[in-house]
Amino acid sequence: MAGPLGKDLLGLAPLSAEQIRLVLDTAIPFREISERAIKKVPTLRGATIVNLFFEASTRTRISFEFAEKRLSADTVNVAAAQSSVSKGETLVDTARNLEAMKIDMVVIRHPASGAAQFLAERIESNVINAGDGTNEHPTQGLLDLMTLRDKFGELAGRKICIVGDVLHSRVARSNIWGLTKLGADVAVCGPRSLLPNAIEEMGVTVFNRIEEAIEWADALNVLRLQLERMQAGYIPSLREYNRVFGVTSARLDKAPRDIVILHPGPMNRGVEIDSDVADGPHSVILDQVTNGVAVRMAALYLLAGGKPELAEAAKKGAP
Amino acid sequence: MSRDLLLKGGRIVDPSQGLDTIGDVLLRDGKVEACGGAIGTPDGAEVVDVSGLVVAPGLIDVHVHLREPGREDVETVATGAHSAVAGGFTGVCAMPNTKPVTDNQATVGFVKRQGETAGFARVYPYGAISLGQKGETLAEFGEMVAAGAVAFSDDGKPVESAHLMRTALEYARAFNVPVAEHCEDMTLARGGSMNEGLMSAKLGLKGIPAEAEEIYVIRDILLAKRTGGHIHLCHLSTKGSVELVRWGKERGINVTAEVCSHHISLTEAAVEGYNTNAKMNPPLRTQEDVEALQQGVADGTIDLLVTDHAPHHYDEKEREFADAPNGIVGLETALGVNCTYLLKPGIISLAQMIDAMSCKPAKVFHLPGGTLARGSVGDVTVFDPARTWTCDPKQFKSKGRNTPYGGHTFNGQALLTVVGGRVVYRAN
Ligand SMILES: [Zn+2]
Ligand SMILES: [Zn+2]
Repeated sequence: MAGPLGKDLLGLAPLSAEQIRLVLDTAIPFREISERAIKKVPTLRGATIVNLFFEASTRTRISFEFAEKRLSADTVNVAAAQSSVSKGETLVDTARNLEAMKIDMVVIRHPASGAAQFLAERIESNVINAGDGTNEHPTQGLLDLMTLRDKFGELAGRKICIVGDVLHSRVARSNIWGLTKLGADVAVCGPRSLLPNAIEEMGVTVFNRIEEAIEWADALNVLRLQLERMQAGYIPSLREYNRVFGVTSARLDKAPRDIVILHPGPMNRGVEIDSDVADGPHSVILDQVTNGVAVRMAALYLLAGGKPELAEAAKKGAP
Repeated sequence: MSRDLLLKGGRIVDPSQGLDTIGDVLLRDGKVEACGGAIGTPDGAEVVDVSGLVVAPGLIDVHVHLREPGREDVETVATGAHSAVAGGFTGVCAMPNTKPVTDNQATVGFVKRQGETAGFARVYPYGAISLGQKGETLAEFGEMVAAGAVAFSDDGKPVESAHLMRTALEYARAFNVPVAEHCEDMTLARGGSMNEGLMSAKLGLKGIPAEAEEIYVIRDILLAKRTGGHIHLCHLSTKGSVELVRWGKERGINVTAEVCSHHISLTEAAVEGYNTNAKMNPPLRTQEDVEALQQGVADGTIDLLVTDHAPHHYDEKEREFADAPNGIVGLETALGVNCTYLLKPGIISLAQMIDAMSCKPAKVFHLPGGTLARGSVGDVTVFDPARTWTCDPKQFKSKGRNTPYGGHTFNGQALLTVVGGRVVYRAN
């Protein structure tokens, strides 16, 4: 038996527009829980969730942990870098062990594309992808969609440009899938060396200059530039990156409309984004963080619908 | 003295003699005693009725990995040679990227002897181009040829130094052996794990562009032009490579090329779902590339059909896509794949297929066989190009089970494999 999202949340590519809307709609009442004095409901009481992080990501892990705790789940955090992987344990061994421990849900972050799917195919627990290699980061995509919906209402026809290192970004992929499914016009902008070769075939407009993107867009989702891209030879220097592709207030001032600014964090201020933009009036970066917890609560809740005993508990604690 | 073997009433297709006729083949003392027409049964001969079946000179695969020495847990020369005969191959050339590398006469001799002891397909060792396949020092070609090496390659990786490749091509001329290249510019491939294109963009996997292969294809063709040496280009996978080989051949440059069965039958779509059984190097490409490769076989630009047989332990493939090893078990599916994807749709004729899988490999690599002419080695493959069968990896004779064809239904199967006049495989 599977809930309305199926057994797992592996990405936005496999979800329908209706399923995406369901998560976003479900997240709204969950966001209200976080506004209460006692930020806790018994929805997932008795459920055990493992946060399996093969890659450090403090923000995502904390956001998931808050979401789980606010739903009263029992959680265990495994920083796999310190344990099994360094001992040479393979992902398939990890899966077998998790299965043997009768875990209800697994939240996995892994440096390899496809790792979440790999795990999901081998265990009965629900799996949530918290970022797999350069493939997808669905809850980040969902929180971006939620934030944009707060601003714009329906996203159909809205122009959203993803700026920066699309090639190595799982956030960009989840955004592209999610936004196009909800009918938004999607563009990418960045140095060609950091854009996938066949990106146009995914139905995405490409801007080679940030000025053109700003002229076009209703919102910019500014990606974090991994500093090692410079050493790896994808761009000449961070300084040049800022001068050519940086989202600066001087550039935004020339825009024909107020542009909503998103960033998945953590930011390199002065590289991909200037501080006055990040902290400025059109930035929704902190809303994204708030929405992140709500969207993750919604995802956990909807996936738990797949387990009879949890569905029972969920009914009692439903918002 | 072994018993005579009479294959009776088959359709003999032997492009080396321009033969396509119904008749008998008689094998005696390990050799072809007579071929064609009705042959009376000699006293004590074993008679096999092969009417309705194709009788061809034994198939030869010039590109396999048998893993011995070093990874006998994955495959041995014996299990690989057994796998070969089950797929209809009477001869295979074993790549030298073993552990240790087959880069000296002792190891070449060892591989050759393991093949002889096993007694299935003939095993012809490759020697490495460079010591330890490190790409630095030329290995001792002469010594290795004396020990049985039939060609040289650093397959598994490219020869990065153009100077070393030039030297290898020049030096190999003395022994009249091909130098085989794994064409891949590593600075461009950069650890990619599939074809660079729409699918890699969608899956978030690092891609290997077609040009990573093509840059080496043209470099090596030009080096062959300069040196007069024989360059053999391994497992070509792109449309551009076919065009470059055509360019080289038009100019009379000493270049030959091979293509794997998987590259003429599958596209990058097989990778969807992070299917590690579809992970190979070079990667599966696009439909346009597949069609260009098929066309290349049809017009003779591509000389040989090979498998790049690369067995792995199942648990090595059962992991994250980017970290999984490359390659598939090829020997037991190749004939089925080629019959289904080249022969059945009429892209090539039966004679062309046998030419590319038997006669030309023998000619290009100067190997025994590839013909049923009287007096030649008694290596014969009997197959049914129409017989339907479904691939079940559990039935493989290879130790490997890694194939993207599990559950696929093919037309075309080897039914009887004869090496040196002796039946070494019979399908049930
Ligand atoms: Zn190779
Ligand atoms: Zn190979």
